[in-house]
Order: sequence, then structure tokens, then C-alpha cells
Amino acid sequence: MATLDSKIPAGPIKDKWTNHKNHINVVNPANKRSIDVIVVGTGLAGGSAAASLAELGYNVKAFCFQDSPRRAHSIAAQGGINAAKNYQNDGDSIYRLFYDTVKGGDYRAREANVYRLAEVSANIIDQCVAQGVPFARDYGGLLDNRSFGGVLVSRTFYAKGQTGQQLLLGAYSAMNRQIGMGKIKMYNRHEMLELVKVDGKARGIIARNMVTGEIQRHSAHAVVIASGGYGNVFYLSTNAMGSNVTAAWRIHKKGAYFANPCYTQIHPTCIPRSGDYQSKLTLMSESLRNDGRIWVPKNIEDVEAIRNGSKKPVELKEEERDYYLERRYPAFGNLVPRDVASRAAKERCDAGYGVNKTGEAVFLDFASAIMRYGSEKATVLGELNPTPERVRELGEKVIENKYGNLFQMYEKITDDNPYKTPMMIYPAVHYTMGGIWVDYNLMTTIPGCYAAGEANFSDHGANRLGASALMQGLADGYFVLPYTIGDYLANDIRTGKIPTDTPEFDEAEKSVTERLEKFVNNKGTKSVDHFHKRLGNVMWNKVGMARNEQGLKEAIAEIRQIREEFHKDVFVPGGMYEFNPELEKAARVEDFLELGELFATDALLRTESCGGHFREESRTEEGEAMRDDENFAYTAAWEWTGDPGKANLHKEELTFNEVELKQRSYK
Amino acid sequence: MLKSSIAKKVAMSLSAFFLMFFLLQHLAINLTSVFSADTFNELSHFMGTNALVQYVLQPVLLFGVVFHFIMGFVLEIRNKSARDVRYVKNNGSANSTWMSRNMIWSGLVILAFMFLHFVDFWIPEINTKFIQGDWSGVIAGEEGYRYFTELQHKFVSPIRVGVYCLAFVFLALHLLHGFNSAFQSVGANNKYTKGLKKFGVAYAILVPLGFIIIALFHHFNH
Amino acid sequence: MKLILKVWRQKNSSDKGRIETYPMENVSEHMSFLEMMDVLNEQLISQGTDPIAFDHDCREGICGMCSMYINGEAHGPDRGITTCQLHMRKFNDGDTIYVEPFRAKGFPVIKDLTVDRSAFDRIQHAGGFISVNTSGNTQDANAIPIPKDDADKAFDAATCIGCGACVASCKNASAMLFVSAKVSQFSLLPQGKVEAKRRVLNMVEQMDKEGFGNCTNTGACEVECPKGISLENIARMNREYLKASVASE
Repeated sequence: MATLDSKIPAGPIKDKWTNHKNHINVVNPANKRSIDVIVVGTGLAGGSAAASLAELGYNVKAFCFQDSPRRAHSIAAQGGINAAKNYQNDGDSIYRLFYDTVKGGDYRAREANVYRLAEVSANIIDQCVAQGVPFARDYGGLLDNRSFGGVLVSRTFYAKGQTGQQLLLGAYSAMNRQIGMGKIKMYNRHEMLELVKVDGKARGIIARNMVTGEIQRHSAHAVVIASGGYGNVFYLSTNAMGSNVTAAWRIHKKGAYFANPCYTQIHPTCIPRSGDYQSKLTLMSESLRNDGRIWVPKNIEDVEAIRNGSKKPVELKEEERDYYLERRYPAFGNLVPRDVASRAAKERCDAGYGVNKTGEAVFLDFASAIMRYGSEKATVLGELNPTPERVRELGEKVIENKYGNLFQMYEKITDDNPYKTPMMIYPAVHYTMGGIWVDYNLMTTIPGCYAAGEANFSDHGANRLGASALMQGLADGYFVLPYTIGDYLANDIRTGKIPTDTPEFDEAEKSVTERLEKFVNNKGTKSVDHFHKRLGNVMWNKVGMARNEQGLKEAIAEIRQIREEFHKDVFVPGGMYEFNPELEKAARVEDFLELGELFATDALLRTESCGGHFREESRTEEGEAMRDDENFAYTAAWEWTGDPGKANLHKEELTFNEVELKQRSYK
Repeated sequence: MLKSSIAKKVAMSLSAFFLMFFLLQHLAINLTSVFSADTFNELSHFMGTNALVQYVLQPVLLFGVVFHFIMGFVLEIRNKSARDVRYVKNNGSANSTWMSRNMIWSGLVILAFMFLHFVDFWIPEINTKFIQGDWSGVIAGEEGYRYFTELQHKFVSPIRVGVYCLAFVFLALHLLHGFNSAFQSVGANNKYTKGLKKFGVAYAILVPLGFIIIALFHHFNH
Repeated sequence: MKLILKVWRQKNSSDKGRIETYPMENVSEHMSFLEMMDVLNEQLISQGTDPIAFDHDCREGICGMCSMYINGEAHGPDRGITTCQLHMRKFNDGDTIYVEPFRAKGFPVIKDLTVDRSAFDRIQHAGGFISVNTSGNTQDANAIPIPKDDADKAFDAATCIGCGACVASCKNASAMLFVSAKVSQFSLLPQGKVEAKRRVLNMVEQMDKEGFGNCTNTGACEVECPKGISLENIARMNREYLKASVASE
């Protein structure tokens, strides 16, 4: 087991980043023109990185599998973006944001990176406003903030429920400017299928034009992977259908270590599955828990009655309901962190109290909030003795103002009116904190290969706080990578253009072509989705919200089995050199099938519970998660050896000088 | 200048504004025929013989009419070519009015009517005044101006009156969309738009209705 | 539910294409339209035939990738949604449903229901941005107060997801709603006013080059727009364009 060099700069934490920037190499503007950089992925991290690198003068080639960079899945983020601006004068500071993030990540993140993230967070807001991102404002014309994710200050900037969209469009507009000037060459509907290494350094990629099927060689002096997270290993997640691990997995197989794959965030407020045909899950903003009360019936007979429709949830009396979060966590109640709320829902449903046909749903009830707001409103209006109907009417108006778009979305999907009957929710896979291991410069263990945004593992530890993903993506892309990449590229100013007619490119292209040929010639009998669903099932049941040794071992065996069958029996219609979505999926699912095993292996190794990773063996007497700092205060970085079950473990020990490690408690 | 799509549309709406103003003026003069033959004759003679009207406004009107039609065709050709393969099933009525989708057809009906109107009125007028040089406004041997009498003669035939009324129904349809569309094209969409929309509907119905009433009035009273 | 699907099939951009009929059984009313298409594709794959290619990604109505013309309307009969948010309960047992790609010369078909909307990207390259570098030293975000009303209007314009339903619905395949949303967003904000003239001239020029039709103000785009982008934006763009062309010469 080798140790990893995270290249954290020396000095006090608040000066590390400034000192580092002052001492790293810089590339002269004239030389930047002769340096090429490839960016894979155009979400917040990739888009902002591509635009910033092009502004600096590098020749950027950007790749996305969607038909436009603007469609990357960052666009779906709803809630907001954190920044230590302290506009509300409520005591926020860089340190407080740093502290909250480290604590929220259950002390499994790298201090120096998190501090830098908090440090540059304020710049992000300035930058976005200058770009024309229409953040919410108050009547004075200044930026509005909300409190988010159970933190004690209001530091979240937002644009209604479409913050991710607006930030991504900001990054996309910055890209557009560079594309228009010819500094970024954009490859839409192109998918990276292999990394090319020359003399141990990342020097290019092999990409497939998804419209024509053409396999292309692209060379560069550095390659940035910003391809997002791998939540779709669960098949059902809140990720986009196309979100995949392929770019990350390809570089992993070429030597980049994969860190903490088992850290997954399961979001408690998603719309439950309605049947086997379900293709994805829809998230509803966490903010709903501010006013909604979560419950299941106390008596199993009522559960049955609700499932078969003989009883309506509103007919149950207060004493027949089990507000289990309020019961178990009186201090935080319905506002416990995401991981805690998710596990509690699973616990109830596993015990048989799930309230829909699939048995996987709990109620999120706004009735008491409606009545509370209604009577407040009546008082404001001077109505002294309003009827309950009138109170309800007023209350529904208040709720509509706050959550109207979410309620409408819920109704569109489920056909239930959440003003009249409680919503049904269930947890779903949402974000992956794990990812490609990177050092302080965001460089992977392959020289010249960088990873940014959700694709890397760096800043969220074992659990991500709300409104922090957008912050990290943009911090990496706008303000970290453009500096740190220069340190590496300064050595490349005399290299000249990297030729693509070399044995290394021949080799890489051949491996891609052979891999795809195998799929289209494999005359199996089952569709790609068939295997993906089976993988997802195993992952969800045994590597999902609660994990134990036996289940993980079974999962590993089952995943290997599915992978074997997949190779033998998958059927991919159509050919290689044409538009072929099934072929794209096949390549992605093959990578998921390998990642899934590493994922479970990592979860098996980590016998503690931390953040989104819950091991049933490691809990307190009351059943709560219990961390093991003595044995597990490290990042597990896995090295590919040819078999995902036999990956080599490298540990990066985590040291905490600025914060004190504490066990989280929400009682 | 008229290279861009927006410039073309602006030109289209400017000519429309001009034509809509002309229409109002035309209706106002024609309406007098219902109340007073003499007023109608006086006004007609003034319009028919005033040098400013005849040598400046008439060519401008002619240009406006021709421009509006030609531009309409130019836009239509471009619009048709913007969708080279048609939908097998299209449900246009789900999201837009018949009028808005068929401006070219209502326009063509109006164009056809314009030919009739030219043959009926404008060509004989030009012939009388500019070719034969008769600017007197009277028919030899008859008393008073000829305009009112000629007007009455036009509306004797029920077929002509029918065609006339039909054409104005199409004009109404054209205006029901065109009036407000012209404002939108020049960028006027603000707090007055709601009121303007109502006014547009009133204009689009009342103006053609006025012409129809005049036609029917003279058809039944001569 | 039982349904009869009439789906546009076209092998590639040079194929002529035709409507094919697929009977469907056991369609659950809780399925989304795309899930119904998934089920159909699974059936086609199990028969060893080519599944129907269609664009989709986030399946929650925000990425703008999905793009079907269903029963003569962009994104189908429901309002304020994208195709992925359309649910089968909007249809009746025994219905015949036509599914076609978004059609416009500016959106050539790639395969089946997948079209190429890169024209939208090229319009944005022409001016859909504010020329500011990512220095990290821009002035403080609160240095320029922006009236809430303007900020809200800019936001409303900015919610456009670039799906192309406006083009698909317009009888002239005009891209005015899309372009005007972008022009409006920037022209309403002080940051964007600086280069507003250049922006609107360049973007409109590129829009025309891409072969989109003219705006006839039918309003179909506004009705079918999943995000409810208002026609006011088109009027605003017309204004901006007029101002810019008069002032630039």
C-alpha cells in the first residue's frame, strides 16, 4: 500500500491557496497559443473550465455527448449555490462555510481543498452576476439569500428552483463567446471512449462521433475530465438518462485512482417509483421538508387499507399516524440531514409500512403547515373567527406561493393533488461524492490528466451539503483548474503539437474499435437495459442506503455474474458507424458493471458508517450511524489491476488541524 | 435595409399601419353616402381632383398596396421553405387562431377583390381623368356630380354586393390578426397591449362591417 | 390501455422516411410518454429490429433534449411541459397517436425522431453572452442593484430550455421566441446592455442564415413553450433590433 501525495501546500490554511498561486509556474500568453487542452463534459465544471482556459489563451477542445453543452445535467440542480458572502450579516464567513462543509461531509474530506472552495465561493457569485445570471433579488435590487440544508446562516444564492440551469447557461454563454472566437472547438454528440497516454502522460482521447459513428483521435497537452457522477450505476436515480461513468472509468483503467466509490448521496424527497417501466426518478427540492411532515400509519392494517384504496390517508387520525422523524429525532425532526432522513424512510418501508403499491413510499404531509399558515394569514387579514375552510384556503395560497412549481410538478407526474392529499416520497440516488482521486491541483494520478466537479472526489467527504455541488463545480472550473493546470503545462511549451499518428493512438483506437465491434457482433438475446436494471437492483438492495458485510459480498458475486452474462448475452441492434443509442448504452453499462463491483468492494472495506455510507455493523445502540475515526480517517483510492474486485488500495490519510472531529447527533 | 427577417416584418407592419389608416379614411368618406349624397359628392370630387391627393397620396397608396402584397408573398415563400418536410399530422388550432395561420389566404381574397375594385372604380377613374382629361366630375347632360350615382349603380347587382360583402368578411379576418400583429412586429408590447388588443378587435370588425352596411344600404335603397 | 402508435421512421438524413404503425398493449396510465416509448423499444429489440431513436436525457423537463411532435403538437397535448413530462393518462384507451420529429429546415433529421438543433448553438455563438472574463476580480455582485422587476423578467426569459418547441410549433418554423428570450435576458440586465446592439444584430443575422422562417405573431410558440416564454420577448427583440439598426448606421 503506497501513500499518495496530495501536494497540499505548506503554511496556515488560510494562506495555502494564495501562496500556492504565487509560487506555481505560469505559462506565457504567447506560449499558451501552442498548447491544446481537452475538456470532457460541459456541465458546470467542464463548461466553466473550458471557457476559462480558452480565455487564458489555450486551444480548447470540448466534448459532450448531448446535442449541446447547455444540456449537461448540472442544469437540473434546483436549490441554489452556497457562497460565503455574508450579505445577510448573519455571521457567515469563509471559515464557517469551510467548517460546515467539513462537518457535513462527516470529516472525510480534505481540509485544504474545502478551505479553498470556501475561499473562492464569493468570486463565483461576482463572476456569475457579471455574466448575466439572473439570481433572485429583493426589492432593493440586491441579491437575495435563503438558508438551505439545515445550516445556521443564509448563504445560498438562488434563481427560483432553477439555479443549476441559470448557472450552467452562464458557463455556456462564456463558452459561446470562446466558441465564436474560435478558441474553443466544440464537439457535440461526441463521446470519449478512451484516454491516450504517451510516455505516461495524458496526451489525448479517442472519441466517437455519435451521429456518424466515426472513431476520432484528438490530441492535447492535458486532458480534463469533468463528466459528472456515476449515480446511474443504480439504474434508477435522479441523474439524467445519459449520465455515465465512462470517461472517469476509462481514465481509471489507464491509471487514475478511483477514490471512495461507495460515498453516495441518497436524497430523501423524490417521487416514488410507480412500476417496472420506471426509467428515472424525479427529485423534489429539499426545501419541502421545511413545511412538510413525514409519516406512515402506525397500524399495519391502515397501511393495507391505504394501499388497496379502501382508506384515504387524510382519514387517519393524528394518533393513528407515526411521524417517525419527529419521534426519533425530536431536536431536528423533519429537518435531519439527507442521509438520516433517507435511512429512516427505508427503515419504515422495510418494516412493511410503505404506503404505495410498491411498498416504497412515505407521506410528506402539508396539512398542518397549510392550517398554520392559514390562521396566521387570517390574523394578518384581521379575520377573527375564520371557518376551517377559510383557513385552509388561505393556507393553500401561502403554500402555493412557496412551493407552487414543485406541487405542480408533483401533480403532473402522479396525478395527485398535494394540496388535498399528502405527497408520497421515497429516497433516490442523487449524487456521488466519490470519484477520481485528485491532488490539490486537481490532477489525477496520471500526469496531465485532471478531474473536476462531481467526477472527482475532492470536497464533499462522505456526504454533500445542499447547494454545495454547484459551488464546487464552478470553483474547480473557473478558479482552480485554470491556475493549477498552468503549473503542469509550463513544462510543455516546447513540446509542439502532439501527433496522432503514433503507436499509442493506433493502440487506443484499436481497443475502442474492437470493443464496439464486439458489442454489435455479439448476437445475444437481451437488451442493454435488461442488464442495467439487474445491476441497479443489486446495487439498490445490497449497496444502497444500508449496507452489511453479507449483502456486500453477495452483491459482488451477483455483479460479477451479471457482467459475465452481459458479455455473453447482450444484444445491440444496429451497426457501429451510424447513430446508435443502444451501442452507446452498451459501452456505458459495461463500465457501470465494473464500477459496481469496485463500489461494493469499497463499501465492504469501510466497516464504519460515515455520511452517505451506512454500515449496519457500525451503529450506536440507538441505531444511529457511528464513525470510526481511528481506523477510517482516510480516503480509499483504488488502483486498477485488471479486475475491479482485485483493485489495489492506496490510502490518503486525512488530518484535521482546523476542526475537531465530532460524532454527528440530531437527537 | 430589408435583408433581415425583422426588417421585413417591420416594413410589412408599417405598410399595414398606412393601409389601416387609409381604410379608416375611406370608410369615413363612404359613410357620408348613407347620410348625404351631396357631402359624398363634394368629398369625392375633392379627393378626385386635388393635386396633392392625386399626384402624391395616390401614388403612395398604390405603392403601399403593392408593397404590402409583394412583401406578403416574399415572406410567405421564405416561411414555406423554412419547413421543407411537412408534418403528417398537425394540430394548428390547438395553439393559434385560424386568422393568424391564414393571413396569406385572407390576403389573397382581398387581393382578388382589389382587382374587382380596380376594374370597377380605379381604372375608369384613371381613364376619365388622366387619359380623357375630364376632371369635371360631371357626366355631360346630367345634373350634379357623378360620384353618388355611380356608387348606387355599383350596388344594384346582388352578385356584386355578395362578392363585396364576402371580401369584407375576409378583410375582417385579415385585420383580426393583422391589427395587433403589426404592433407586435414594431415592438409595441407593453401595458397598453391589452387595451390595444380590444381596440384591434373592434377595429377589425367595425371597419369592414361599415363597408358592408354601406353596400347593403345602397343595394336596398336606390 | 391499448394504443396505436404511428411513428416517423427515418434511417438517416438522406433517407426519405415514412410513418410506421405500432400497436401497443398494456400501457399504464402512470407511464410517462418516453417510458411508453422505452417499452416499445424493448419490444422492437426483442424482435431483433432497430429501436426508435429519440433524444432524451434528464427526463424532468429541464435539459431540453426531448423533442417529439405528438398528435400535431410539440411536446403533445398537455401544456407547460416537455415530452418527458407528458403522461399517458392524457390519452384514452384505443387512441391513435402520431409521433413525429420537430420539423424545420433548420432542424434536419438525424434519425427517426432525433433532429439536429445545432443551429440554436450557432445563434448563441453569434452573441448569446456578455463579454466578461472569468478573472475572479469582477466587481462585487451587489455593486449594481437591479430592480427586482427587471431581474424577474430577465429570469423568466432565461428559463428557456432551448428545446425548439417554438420552431416546431410555428407554421413558419421561426426561431424568434428562442432568440428573443436570449436577447431579452441580457438586454434587461445592466451588465448586458453594454453590447446589446451588437448582440441583437449578430444573433438575428445568424438566425436568418440558419433558414428559420419569419415571425407571423400567431402565438403558437408561446402556447407550446414548456417554460411559458412570453411573446413580449419577441416584441422586445424587435424593438432592440430597430434601435440597433437605426443607431448603428
